[in-house]
Amino acid sequence: MAKILIPTPLRPYTDKQDAVDASGATVGELLADLTRRHSGLKAHLFNDQGKLRSFVNVYVNDEDIRYLQKEQTPVTAGDTVSIIPSVAGGVDTVVDERRSDLGRMGEPLTNDEVKRYSRHLIMPEVGVDGQRKLKASKVLCIGAGGLGSPVAMYLAAAGVGTLGIVDFDTVDFSNLQRQILHGTPDVGRSKLASAKDKLHALNPEIDIQTYEVALSSQNAMQLFAPYDVVVDGTDNFPTRYLVNDACVLLGKPNAYGSIFRFEGQASVFATKDGPCYRCLYPEPPPPGLVPSCAEGGVLGVLPGLIGMVQATEAVKLIMGIGEPLIGRFLIYDALRMRFRELKLRKDPDCPVCGTHPTVTKLIDYEQFCGITPAAPEPIPVNHATEITSLELKQRLDRGDRLKIIDVREPNEYQINRIPGSELIPLGDIPKRYGELNPEDELVMQCKSGVRSGKAADFLRSVGFKRVLNLKGGILDWIDKVDPSQPKY
Amino acid sequence: MSDRRLGISARVDEAIRHHGEETYPHECCGALVGRGDAVTDTVALPNTTEEGPRRRFLVRPSDYRLAEQRATELGGELLGFYHSHPDHPAKPSQYDLDHAWPTFAYVIVAVAAGASQAMTVWFLKDDRSIFEEGNLHHGENSHSDPAQTVHG
Repeated sequence: MAKILIPTPLRPYTDKQDAVDASGATVGELLADLTRRHSGLKAHLFNDQGKLRSFVNVYVNDEDIRYLQKEQTPVTAGDTVSIIPSVAGGVDTVVDERRSDLGRMGEPLTNDEVKRYSRHLIMPEVGVDGQRKLKASKVLCIGAGGLGSPVAMYLAAAGVGTLGIVDFDTVDFSNLQRQILHGTPDVGRSKLASAKDKLHALNPEIDIQTYEVALSSQNAMQLFAPYDVVVDGTDNFPTRYLVNDACVLLGKPNAYGSIFRFEGQASVFATKDGPCYRCLYPEPPPPGLVPSCAEGGVLGVLPGLIGMVQATEAVKLIMGIGEPLIGRFLIYDALRMRFRELKLRKDPDCPVCGTHPTVTKLIDYEQFCGITPAAPEPIPVNHATEITSLELKQRLDRGDRLKIIDVREPNEYQINRIPGSELIPLGDIPKRYGELNPEDELVMQCKSGVRSGKAADFLRSVGFKRVLNLKGGILDWIDKVDPSQPKY
Repeated sequence: MSDRRLGISARVDEAIRHHGEETYPHECCGALVGRGDAVTDTVALPNTTEEGPRRRFLVRPSDYRLAEQRATELGGELLGFYHSHPDHPAKPSQYDLDHAWPTFAYVIVAVAAGASQAMTVWFLKDDRSIFEEGNLHHGENSHSDPAQTVHG
């Protein structure tokens, strides 16, 4: 038997007593016994899911049970258990009116739906209520690529009632190694048209909304507003920060994932009390430091796994079950097959979700990430030091002595090459440039012209006078000169 | 409309308004102390929310305890809490409802552009479904002491 101290507002439910007795070996058992004896307390202490309400604090001898063993905290006779209120409130701003009403129940299920979702329905953790929550829910996928593909397919299959997808790309052969929403016959089609067909075939019961736009600071708030959860499947930093900030400003959870080569990351950001992407990375990396998947490659099966983590978290958030990946940052290493988890805390000084936010509306994210949209090329190019594919072809045909240096990696060189080119990967140039003759006229070449531009700059800096950069790289060469070769 | 009423003296009214104007554009919060349905004193409490004080307030458990203690010291009981709605009407939000305690009186003062406006009182319905507006009575108060304000 332990004594429970009752706060003022709950005393009407305990016959005005400020302390009552209850029995149980743990706090959980004690509270269960308390609500059995004083049934009016239950609705005020526990929510619909039977969890203690967030503003109800339980202390065992002056220790908050959140820092002990929560409801499993043992209680012995003579312990004093206190229920102490937090008092909270606030205004409904525009943000709050739009704040997702996660966990609202949708229309009753039709007979067809009962059949389709029967493996969900027979699990008590999901049940009819959980399925109806999924049916009422609205999830927005940013991107229908590597991550967006598995996310959209499984969420559609699971019965998420409204699935929105934002993308403006067309399907390319190089997508098919991982973007399983799209098939070989879809190459050249818009990703959204292809996605819509696939998802409708998978589940005609759900509503699929497609937005063929580039996500921007101008349209993000409006696009996100009707949705409950946003799933970030973007592949670049400006959009990632944009998605994060819009989610924080609108109060929508962001099921985040990212992939690169053999490693993936996932977390849930921008929930009410949880951290956001900026709590983890307040500033973007310098432009060009972190390569994209197009530059560095990605294991085709990797987005399957990370996308599944995102879809799982979205489904859990909607149904309000399990332990969400909030405040936890999951890192997956496919080569070693290891998962690591970092603890994340909400940063009170975070510029967007902190106590005194400095970012209160969406900003220019290209500029924030150090990318100047006005510049047509990622690297300033001196045109006198450039050569086009056609010029190169003409000069080779004329018999000019030109030495072509391919600065890509050996595995790229295996895929395609300009006949007669010599391979020296960019990273080896500083230690191998001695092999080159400064009297030769050199043409530096890579996939699209960025890396070779760096190599050309380097060679000029060490005294080479006759260095040209092949504009547009081998991709342009294949387009204009030699279409027989494969592109990647 | 709830049939409950809450009496506040001119001094209590002034203390709440002053506090709301002082913390504008942030929300203020504090406790209401008195007897029966008459508030005799206010206890200003710090807003400890981590969610942006322009639209949220939080009285943490330690400050709640302080408020109970002050109520006892003042010879009264804790009747409820007040908070401000900067640039928003004096109506409870869904968030207020979601976090409400039964029995307590919730006084809300609207503060528009730094100046206090309407003040209302609300009580949670026992089934937690809605807040019912009570009758805020600006009558003479039997208590003659000035409204007390302490900062936790």
